[in-house]
Amino acid sequence: MYNITNILEPITLNEALRMYSDNPKLKIIAGGSDVLIQLNHGKFDDVELLSLRKIKNLNNISLLEDGTISIGAMSSFSNTFRNEIINKYLPVLTEAAVSMGGPQIRNMATIGGNICNGAVSADSAPTLFSYNAFLKLVSIDNIRMVPINDFYDGPGRVKLQPGEILTEILITKENYHKMTGNYIKFSNREAMDIAMLSVAVICNVENGVFNDLRISLGVSAPTPIRCYDAENYAKGKSFSKETIETIGQYAKKSAKARNSWRGSKAYREHLINILSQRAIKEAIKRAGGKC
Amino acid sequence: MSNKVIGSSVNRLDAVAKVTGKAKYADDFFERDMLIGKVLRSPYAHAIIKNIDISKAKALPGVEAVLTHNDLPKIQFATAGHPWSLDPSHRDVEDRLILTDKARFVGDSIAAVVAKDVLTAEKALKLIEIEYEVLPHVLEPEEAIKPGAPVIHSEKPDNIISSFGPEFGDVESDFNNAFHVFEGKYETSIVQHCQLENQTAFSYTDTDGRIVIVSSTQIPHIVRRIVGQALGISWGKIRVIKPYIGGGFGNKQDVIVEPLVVAMSLAVNGRPVRYALTREECFIGTRTRHAMKFEFKTAVSKEGKLIAVSINALSNNGAYASHGHSIIMSASSKFRPLYNFKSIKVTPKTVYTNLPTAGAMRAYGVPQIFFALESHLDDIALKLNLDPIEFRKQNLINVGHVDPLTKVKVRSFGILECIEKGKELIKWDEKKKNYEKQSGDKKKGIGMACFSYFSGTHPVSLELAGARIVMNQDGSIQLQVGATEIGQGSDTALAQMAADVLGISFDMVHVISCQDTDITPFDTGAYASRQTFVAGAAVKKAALEVRKKILTIASKKVGLNIDELDIIDANIIEKNLGSIVCSLEDVAMESYYDRINASPITSDTSVNIRTNAPAYGVTFAEVEVDMKTGKIEVLEIYNVHDSGVIINPKLAEGQVHGGVSMGLGYALSEQMLFDKETGKPLNNNLLDYKLQTILDTPKIGVSFVDTYDAGGSFGQKSLGENPTISPAPAIRNAVFNATGVAFNKIPMNPQAVFEKFKEVGLL
Repeated sequence: MYNITNILEPITLNEALRMYSDNPKLKIIAGGSDVLIQLNHGKFDDVELLSLRKIKNLNNISLLEDGTISIGAMSSFSNTFRNEIINKYLPVLTEAAVSMGGPQIRNMATIGGNICNGAVSADSAPTLFSYNAFLKLVSIDNIRMVPINDFYDGPGRVKLQPGEILTEILITKENYHKMTGNYIKFSNREAMDIAMLSVAVICNVENGVFNDLRISLGVSAPTPIRCYDAENYAKGKSFSKETIETIGQYAKKSAKARNSWRGSKAYREHLINILSQRAIKEAIKRAGGKC
Repeated sequence: MSNKVIGSSVNRLDAVAKVTGKAKYADDFFERDMLIGKVLRSPYAHAIIKNIDISKAKALPGVEAVLTHNDLPKIQFATAGHPWSLDPSHRDVEDRLILTDKARFVGDSIAAVVAKDVLTAEKALKLIEIEYEVLPHVLEPEEAIKPGAPVIHSEKPDNIISSFGPEFGDVESDFNNAFHVFEGKYETSIVQHCQLENQTAFSYTDTDGRIVIVSSTQIPHIVRRIVGQALGISWGKIRVIKPYIGGGFGNKQDVIVEPLVVAMSLAVNGRPVRYALTREECFIGTRTRHAMKFEFKTAVSKEGKLIAVSINALSNNGAYASHGHSIIMSASSKFRPLYNFKSIKVTPKTVYTNLPTAGAMRAYGVPQIFFALESHLDDIALKLNLDPIEFRKQNLINVGHVDPLTKVKVRSFGILECIEKGKELIKWDEKKKNYEKQSGDKKKGIGMACFSYFSGTHPVSLELAGARIVMNQDGSIQLQVGATEIGQGSDTALAQMAADVLGISFDMVHVISCQDTDITPFDTGAYASRQTFVAGAAVKKAALEVRKKILTIASKKVGLNIDELDIIDANIIEKNLGSIVCSLEDVAMESYYDRINASPITSDTSVNIRTNAPAYGVTFAEVEVDMKTGKIEVLEIYNVHDSGVIINPKLAEGQVHGGVSMGLGYALSEQMLFDKETGKPLNNNLLDYKLQTILDTPKIGVSFVDTYDAGGSFGQKSLGENPTISPAPAIRNAVFNATGVAFNKIPMNPQAVFEKFKEVGLL
C-alpha cells in the first residue's frame, strides 16, 4: 500500500521548479515505475510527491537546427522507441528502449526517470553513455549541462543538486552521425526483466578500420561505465578477429563487477568479454562491414 | 447417451464472465464496515519469542485488535488439504499454531493487526515490540539431519518428519546379480506456484451467529474442518464460500489464511475482516514445491533390461509439515506403473528446515522424481550406447500390470503411441542425424522424457465426490457438484458429462459454480487431478438417476419398457423406430404439475471411488544452447498425452499449455533463493523470481492418443497436473544431446550453465 501524504501536480516547469525549491524534501515522480515500487517496499515513509506528468512538452523529441537531438526527460520508453527521429538517428536507443520491462511499464516509465533513478541496470544508460549524451539540469535559478558519463555517483545515486530537475537529454550530431551500433541486454527472461549485464556499442568504421568505438556497460560496476581502454586500443585498428578479442579483454578489465545472487563476478566478466565482442561484430555488420 | 457433447470443444462455462470482468473473485466482495487484517512476520529464520509488547500498536487510532499466540487457543493443527482420516495413524502432522510462539523461518506469522485500512494496519505492525532470542538455523536437509543440528520442532528432535518408503522384490539380490550397475545424483530446486490470485479470504459472523468465510481455496469442505479444528469450533458452525478462483496449482490445497482471518474477525466481535496476502508474502507465507535430492542406483541386465532401482531421496520440507511426507510417497508410487523393474526400493527422508513450508504443488512430488529418473535413463542409455527411446521402449510394463504394493491395475497404456507420435512431431530421426556434427557458438539438440501419473489418490486417500441435479420445467438442469472449479475447467467438463448422459445440449446445463459448504454436495476438493475422474463418476451417477426418472415417466405415456427409450436432443425417442415420443419438456412439466403424480425430477448422489487409472505422456523438446553465454532456448516442445477419453479437447489443450509452461520455468529459470547466513528470501517477487513470460515460451505442441480406461466413468483419466511432469527432463536430455554435458540439477539458468561449462572445461 502506498503511503503518500500528498501529491503536487504542477502544469508548468517553472511552477514545478518553484515548488521544488520551496520544499527540497519533495520526491519527484515521473512515470512512477521505480518510485512506486520503492514506496511499496517501504523505502520512504509519509512521502510527498512532486509529479511531472502534467507539465506539457517535457516529453517532446526533436531534431534541433544544428543536428542535435533533444529527448524530453518525460518521454516514455514507448514514446521513445516508436519515435521516427530516434529510429532514424539513434537506432541503438530504440533497441535499448524496447528491451525495457513490458508494454505496460514502457508506457509509464520515462527515460529521464530511468536515468535519475541511478540504477546500474538502467536500460537507457549504456546507450546514452555511448552516444555521449548531455543532460540538461534545471533549477529555479540555474541551468547546467552535464555529460551523462559524469552524472552517476554510485548505485542508485546521481549528482542532482537540490531543487534540480532533469528536463532534456541531448545528443549532438557528431556523436551519432555515421555511427552504427548495437545494444545487447542479457537477462534471464526475454521480457519483464532487468539486465544481468548490458552492453551498448557505437562505432564508426571505414574500410575495415575503427575510426571511433564507444563501449558502455551496465551492471558491471557501481554505475554504468565506459570502457575507455578498449576504445582507445581499437581506434585506428582494423577489425580482425584478434583485435576484437583484445577489445573484449580490455572491456572486461574496465569493469568492476561484483558477486551477487543475481550473478557471479566471474560470470559477469565472462559476459562482458563475450557480449562486447558480439555487439561490436553486429555494429560492424550494420555498417556493412565484415569481420 | 448420444448427444456427443463429450469430446467436443464447447466453450468454457465461465469464459464470458471472466473475459468481461463479471466474475467475482474473493476480493471483489465487499461487506459493510469491513476491516483489514495484516500480519507481522518473523525477521529471523529461527528464534524464540521471549516477549511481545502490543500496547503501542493497540493504542494507534484506527486499530481494532492486535493478536498474538497468547490470544488464541493453544491447539496444534495440521494444514494439509487431505480428507480427514478416522485412523489416527494416517493423519497429517499437527505442528503449528495460528500465530506461532516460536519463529521457524523468515516470514513466520508472529502477530496480527486488525485495523480500519491497510496503511493503519502496517503502521501498527511496526509498533509491535518483540524480544527474540535468535537461534542457529538450518536451511539444507543434509545439515538438518546431522546430530546436533538445531531442533526446529521439539516433537521431532532429529528434524525428520518421516522416513518411510516403499519396497518390493529383492533389491539386494538383484544388485548382486546385476550385469551393470549405474549410479547418478539429481537435484531439484524450490519453486513456487505463482498462481495469478494470491491467497485471500474474509470472514464475518452472520445473523445466526455462524462464522462465514469467503476464501480463494481449492478445498472449501476441508477449510471448514481445519478452521474448526484450529479454533476448537464445532464444524457445523462454519460456512465456507468459494467464489471464482484465480488458480491454485496446489498452493490452495492447504489451509493458510482462513483460521487466522476467522480469529481476526472473532477478535472484533464478528465484524467482517479481510486478510489478503501480497505477492511478496505469498512467496514466503504460503507453500512451495519441495526441493529434492536423489541418489539413484540402477541394475541393468546384459540385454539392457532394467532390473532394480534403489533411490535415496531427501526432501526439504521447510518449517512446517503441511503435506509433508505424502509428497515423496506420491512420487515413490506414481513413477512405478511405467518401467518394468523387478524390484524397487525407495529410501526417503522428509526433513524440517528453517525455510518457507513446502506443500502440494502441481503433480505432487512427481516432477521431481521424473526429473531424476528420466535424466538417469538418458545417462544410462548413453553409457550402454543405446538409443534413449529404444532403451525406454524395451523396458515398459504391459497393460494388465498390477503394482505389487498399491494393487493399482493398468487397464489402458498408451505410452508407446505417445512416443511414436512425439517422435514424428519433432522429426526425431532427421534431427538426431543433423545434429551429430555441429560447430560454432550455438548447438542444437533433442531430448525426450516419459511419465506416469495417477488419477486421484486411491488407494492412499478417500475418493469421495458428490453431485446433485435438479431438472427445470423446460428440461434444462441445475448441476451442483462438490468438485471445485479453480480455473482448470472442471465445471465445463462435468456439465458436458451431464448433458451427454441426459441427451440434452450443453447450454441446458447450468452449473452452480460457487461452492458453499452449507449447500453444495460434499467433496474434498480440487487436487490430485481427480475432478473429471472422481467427480465425473458422481455426475454420471446423478445424471443416470435423473435419466431413469425421465424415462420412467415417458414409458408410461407410450407403454414401452424404459430400455426401449432414449433421449436425443431433448426429445424422448423410441429407439427402434427412431420416432419422437414426446419432448423432454413435456416430461419435465408433468413432473412438476401432474395433479396426481407430480414429483420434480432430482437426484442427490455421492460416489466413493475405489480404483485408479494411471495416465501417461511424453515430452519431446528441441533446444539451442549458446555455448558462450550458457543461455538455453527451447525451439520446439511437444507434449503427447494418454489421458483416456478427452472430455473437451480445447480445454485439455489449455491444460497442457499451462503445464508445459510451468515445466519450462522449472527446467530453465525458476528457483526461490535464500541468504545462507540469515535465511532471508532474496527473490520473493515476480521481478527476481524468474517465472517465464510469453516471450520465453515457444509454441507448445499438444497431442493426445486415443485410449479408453475402464476405470473412468467415461473412459477418462487424469490430465490436470500431468503436463508439467516431463518437460524438465526432456529439456535436460535435449541439452545433454546438444552439448554432451549432463546437467543433474535444475534450473539450468545461464549462471548455472556457465558454472557447469567451466567445470567440464568447455569454457
